[in-house]
Amino acid sequence: MQIYLPIAEVSVNAFLLLGLGGIVGILSGMFGVGGGFLITPLLFFIGIPPAVAVATGANQIVASSFSAVLAHLKRKTVDLRMGGVLLIGGLIGAAFGVQLFNTLKEMGQVDLLVKLSYVLFLGIVGFLMFVESLNALMRTRGGKSVPVRRKHLWVHNLPFKVKFRTSGLYISVIPPILVGVLVGVLAAIMGVGGGFIMVPAMIYLLGMPTKVVVGTSLFQIIFVTAFTTLLHATTNFTVDMGLAVLLLIGGVVGAQVGTRIGLKLKAEQLRVLLALLVLVVCGKLGLDLLIQPAELYEIGQAEGH
Amino acid sequence: MLRLIALVALILVAPLPALAEKVVAGLSQNRVSITATFVGSEILVFGAVKRDAPPPEDGPLQVIVVVEGPAHPVTVRKKDKRFGIWVNTDAIELAAAPSFYAVATSAALQDTVSTLEDLRHLISVERSIRISDNPFTNEDPRDFTRALIRIRENSGLYKLMENSVNLREDTLFDTRIGLPSNLTEGEYRTRIFLTREGRVASQYETVINVQKVGLEQWVFDLAHDQPLIYGILSLVIAIAAGWGASALFRVILRT
Repeated sequence: MQIYLPIAEVSVNAFLLLGLGGIVGILSGMFGVGGGFLITPLLFFIGIPPAVAVATGANQIVASSFSAVLAHLKRKTVDLRMGGVLLIGGLIGAAFGVQLFNTLKEMGQVDLLVKLSYVLFLGIVGFLMFVESLNALMRTRGGKSVPVRRKHLWVHNLPFKVKFRTSGLYISVIPPILVGVLVGVLAAIMGVGGGFIMVPAMIYLLGMPTKVVVGTSLFQIIFVTAFTTLLHATTNFTVDMGLAVLLLIGGVVGAQVGTRIGLKLKAEQLRVLLALLVLVVCGKLGLDLLIQPAELYEIGQAEGH
Repeated sequence: MLRLIALVALILVAPLPALAEKVVAGLSQNRVSITATFVGSEILVFGAVKRDAPPPEDGPLQVIVVVEGPAHPVTVRKKDKRFGIWVNTDAIELAAAPSFYAVATSAALQDTVSTLEDLRHLISVERSIRISDNPFTNEDPRDFTRALIRIRENSGLYKLMENSVNLREDTLFDTRIGLPSNLTEGEYRTRIFLTREGRVASQYETVINVQKVGLEQWVFDLAHDQPLIYGILSLVIAIAAGWGASALFRVILRT
């Protein structure tokens, strides 16, 4: 069934959008990522204009994360205090990121920067996560129990220490705020929730237990993406309600399924899978930059339209 | 000598009988409504040639139908290999390019209209693109306009349909112009030309109005007139759907 999208001004198959939303929703529930790094490129492929894809992707992430975050809140796997601290950083970062985005847009190199940041961040994060989680998986296979991380990192020497009871941490608020700012900037520039950066940062940098990482990152993501959606809606008029509704109907159902799949898998297995997924997307984007495109020219909308 | 005078006379007189032919045309619809289930549209263009005198002897009669969407400025970018990766290096901003352009002819285009007449009446798609000359570039803008036409042809927005106008008894003609689903709103200028020996003998012009209606119109207007309310509404819908589905799932699982 073809449906015409009022803002994107294209006609697409409604079931294709429902399916896309569903797949991304499953991943969102499983891994605690918003799925933006998948949905935005997938929307490009089916012919949605990039500006609309980025803005609507952010709106869709709010919906799919919301139902997942409710599921996590119910199981008490959200560290609300940590989430709040990350959120403060996130809003600062998003506001700054939008400024940066607009500056680069005027220079005409925003596409390249977005793609390069994708390749760089996804590559580093995916590789580190893959190696680490594979090691963890080997250790559990070998019968030894996973050592609890209680190393004294530099993170623990900073001032403004706060007790995060749910995470069982007593650390400074500076590192979580910085993580939040970084994620906020990426959310604005790349049109993603930023879970793929935040989840590893929480595990490896802040030393949070994997159990609360997914819920807490989702909690921060819904607010940052909601903020991004509003910024896009008011400055670029690129949020497509019709597109968002179709994506989120698939997305919310998928998120519920994904959360349940996630509970059945071990944390290490979950991380290997997420690492592989991140590396695949990174590889695809990297190849696009390296291989000569079939069409060397592209049409961009002129400024002021 | 006589022959030369006859030839000159013929050249001078030749355009005159052309005026004796007049095109009368109509469209199956002059309003296209974009609804939620819009999948494109097909417009039937039909008409007849009105004559006050017997048809002139010179050359066969040909018909050209041009449908042209609203023009917008367009930036065309070119990629080049820098440091091993493909990046946008050059860009040209074209003053105006139509968002849609369809040309239907009753024969091959070059047999239907001469280059001079094409220039005068802006018939082929190359003529319809307005380039503002930019002194700061050494690139050939023709490469960029050709690329623009190529890309839009591939996506079905620009099309040249030769031999697609049915012409019967040099009097009645009809053709179908397919409008794709990714139309932009606006006035679609529709021109019909009668030509003889490459010269335009008569022309007719009308407009097809392409408009969003109903829910599509409402959403579009709200997004542009009340962006903050629209943004909040989008979020409310998103959150409500997320919450609703979550609650629904719980009910389903409990039973």
